[in-house]
Amino acid sequence: MAEEELAHEGPNGAPTAGGGSTPHAPTALDEDEARREVAARADALVARLREICGDPHVYTHPHQLRTYESDGLLHYRASPRAVVLPSTAEEVRDVVRACHGERVPFVARGAGSGLSGGALPVEDGILIGLSRLRRVLEVDLVNQRVVVEPGVTNTEVSKAVAPTHFYPPDPSSQVVCTIGGNVAENSGGAHCFKYGFTTNYVTGLEVVLSDGEVVELGGKAADGPGYDLLGAFVGSEGTLGIATKITLRVCPVPEHVRILVAFFDTTEAAAATVSDLVDDGMVPAAIEMMDGPAIRASEPMANAGFRTDAGAALLVELDGSRAEVSARFEELNEVCERNGSIEIKVAADEAEAQRFWRARKAAFPAMGRISTHYFVQDGVLPRTKLTEVLKRIEELGEEYGLQVANVFHAGDGNLHPLVCYDGATEGEAERAEELSGLILSACVEAGGSITGEHGVGVDKMCYMPKIFGPDDLAAFERLRRAFDPEGLANPGKVMPTPRLCGEVPGPYRQHPLEVAGVAERF
Amino acid sequence: MTETAASVSSEPFAELSPAGGPPAERQDPSSRPLAERGAVPSEPLPTETPASAQEVAELLRSCSEEGRRVRIVGGATKLGWGNPVEADLRLSTSGLTEIVEHDPGDLTAVLQPGLPLAEAQAAFARAGQRLSLDPPLGKDEGATIGGVLAAGDLGPLRHRYGAIRDLVIGVVVALPDGTLARAGGKVIKNVAGYDLAKLNAGAFGTLGVVVEVCVRLHPLPQQTASAAASTEDPAALARAARRIAHSPLESEALDVAWRDGQGGVLARYAGETAPEQARDAAALLEEEGLPAHVHEDDGKPWAQQRAGQRSPDGVLIGVAGLLGDLERVVSLAEETGGALVGRAAIGTTWLRLPEADLASVERVRHALAPHACTVLDAPEEMRAALDPWPALEPGLLALSRRLKERFDPDGVCNPGLFAGGL
Repeated sequence: MAEEELAHEGPNGAPTAGGGSTPHAPTALDEDEARREVAARADALVARLREICGDPHVYTHPHQLRTYESDGLLHYRASPRAVVLPSTAEEVRDVVRACHGERVPFVARGAGSGLSGGALPVEDGILIGLSRLRRVLEVDLVNQRVVVEPGVTNTEVSKAVAPTHFYPPDPSSQVVCTIGGNVAENSGGAHCFKYGFTTNYVTGLEVVLSDGEVVELGGKAADGPGYDLLGAFVGSEGTLGIATKITLRVCPVPEHVRILVAFFDTTEAAAATVSDLVDDGMVPAAIEMMDGPAIRASEPMANAGFRTDAGAALLVELDGSRAEVSARFEELNEVCERNGSIEIKVAADEAEAQRFWRARKAAFPAMGRISTHYFVQDGVLPRTKLTEVLKRIEELGEEYGLQVANVFHAGDGNLHPLVCYDGATEGEAERAEELSGLILSACVEAGGSITGEHGVGVDKMCYMPKIFGPDDLAAFERLRRAFDPEGLANPGKVMPTPRLCGEVPGPYRQHPLEVAGVAERF
Repeated sequence: MTETAASVSSEPFAELSPAGGPPAERQDPSSRPLAERGAVPSEPLPTETPASAQEVAELLRSCSEEGRRVRIVGGATKLGWGNPVEADLRLSTSGLTEIVEHDPGDLTAVLQPGLPLAEAQAAFARAGQRLSLDPPLGKDEGATIGGVLAAGDLGPLRHRYGAIRDLVIGVVVALPDGTLARAGGKVIKNVAGYDLAKLNAGAFGTLGVVVEVCVRLHPLPQQTASAAASTEDPAALARAARRIAHSPLESEALDVAWRDGQGGVLARYAGETAPEQARDAAALLEEEGLPAHVHEDDGKPWAQQRAGQRSPDGVLIGVAGLLGDLERVVSLAEETGGALVGRAAIGTTWLRLPEADLASVERVRHALAPHACTVLDAPEEMRAALDPWPALEPGLLALSRRLKERFDPDGVCNPGLFAGGL
């Protein structure tokens, strides 16, 4: 696979368009041969990896490897040649150096909770598990910074700075997901509308590049001069290197938090409420929406007192100064009533607030109670197009005869439709996947994006041409190659490849070799 | 802190900005003709003013092919920053001044780079919104969205809303090979593709010309009010700023200033209850032993803070520091006879030195190491004698160079201007 990636280099090291216009696509024979070569080199590596990390921390037995064959997206599987579990940044560096020496591709993995296949191993490559790097290195509250190793979980960061401070990004997997993974995916969560994403909180990274070189990007201070390589690295899905030390900004815990859930007959009414809140200049910490099917799935599990006869539930959290939150909370109630809310429940205490959140967060696991299988999508749309897109999703669901439940980060337009299907019914999984794809298309057509927080990974790379043209993809490739000229870091992710996605759609572009008259396309 | 105190002063920071203090924004010096700044040969450069993104890309392509180097110019309010550029022509973004889209319901807007930020803000304000970015705007409020993006410039709202890197959600960049590359999009939450928007923010136009910028907006607050306190003790100043920074009060901005043996803390609050919040903050400042006031009409002190981010005839050093270093930075301002403004919690400050001598700059850099100190404004002769950028660590320099080579292999875009001579 490394060879295939290398083939995307044009003359003078200039990357070619989208990696999609190589003079000839690799044949199956080429690929088998390439894979055998990688496997042979990986074997040579294993002895060296054992020296670096110690025998017990290098897995090669198929039983041991099985755990690492996929991440949170279970339908993609690949078996690495070895899994190595370093315990220090120096060991990570040495492991990467060893991989580079043998030109063996590697994939970094945190908790493996990602939902886009970002930590899917490269077949016969090396998987570097970072779960042993889990020290909180420094809590510097004076400067509102925390320095952690990549294997520290998201929740542990907030715990480390409690009770006075907290770390805002809160993906729903926060109890298990690691900061290293959050950095790779630029993880969001329910509080993004007000607080932003991982990229807004990372001020410094120690990064091992794909040749084993270690660079410091940023530091504790913000706004330093030089290219914003932090901005480029966060969200690059493990393709630019491995972060071994992460410096995060943390915030003072707000003085006051109020939360309510308002029920509506229709998602339209709930969406209109969100519009009115925004028009009124409110910036809630969270605005979450669930549609009827999502409420009915989650309530029996969460017992939060949600109205199962409602067409939509809107969960709104305000935080900030006590005076401001109190004033605004009244307004919030009024706006919900004005839009025909059939019932408003205000959390009386912290316990009830937790129950409300549990109902929202239970929506995913609860789906398992009403459907044997489901796909989760991660589309984004301009919030004002919500009603239009939900209508389209409903139509599509009817057309395909499949149930779709929607949970939605309504403030920032991030939609998670859950497409339910029965895996035992012949062809239903394929139809569900197709429906999922059409939902993404509807988001894109409305002016949105194919992923809001789960990442592209392998899952959505073939959708990339829906939103990016060949010149855009070529520019991405320039960035990627500046960090990783040989394509060793998490290859085969993010960028669409002709092998997996077919010819990348878009206008025909001449390869530089064709322009130069060196090669012809047949 | 009492109601009476709240009504006392209408000019909280008057003592910090005596006559001859921070200059008014419109006196920004960097708008002097390029030739005066020693950056280019005395012959005025020919200027191209493309009228579309496509024309920018075409121009860059022809420059690449013909080996011509381009100085990219927006509102010409910060041309003195960075290394002198040897260029063959100027590329002005003044032909690209449209608000391409403004979607109030989605709190987003798509802007062309040559659009003055002030004009964009006026349009957003008509919809009760703003781009939460308030850097000094320079002569005739000429600073453009493209220029502010390229320089990564910022103002007091940096405290709560981040820098432009945090507010830009999509870009189209014209690259020297003549292509137009889009990254990000028009939605505020989006992780598809690489973040070329952040990469170009603060890159001083050395990786291409940003020809379209998509930004997220925020509602304009119904009202604002600020708490202000002053002191002659750098330690007390730092303590008071820390107290506010760590308090659960949600400040919209939190600044410090120092000049001539006296300084202050200024904290702004927004929303329906802004005055009440500001009174709470003033109470905290008083608890720290600083006499404090509340200002409901708080435009002026903040304008002064922004003005302090420029030094038309002297030396201005940008310091990327930390909240915990405030006392050290303020003391240094006092020792050097300089003046300081900055974002207290973020740690980003600007130091204006009275004497334009290299030794003072060295002293500041030495005293604040390892924090990055960038010389922004400086007289021409001084600029010729120093590297305005802090040195990049070798590994970082090598990586930055590879990036420059990938995007601008022929060195067409603002060659040499940036950190590391890139």
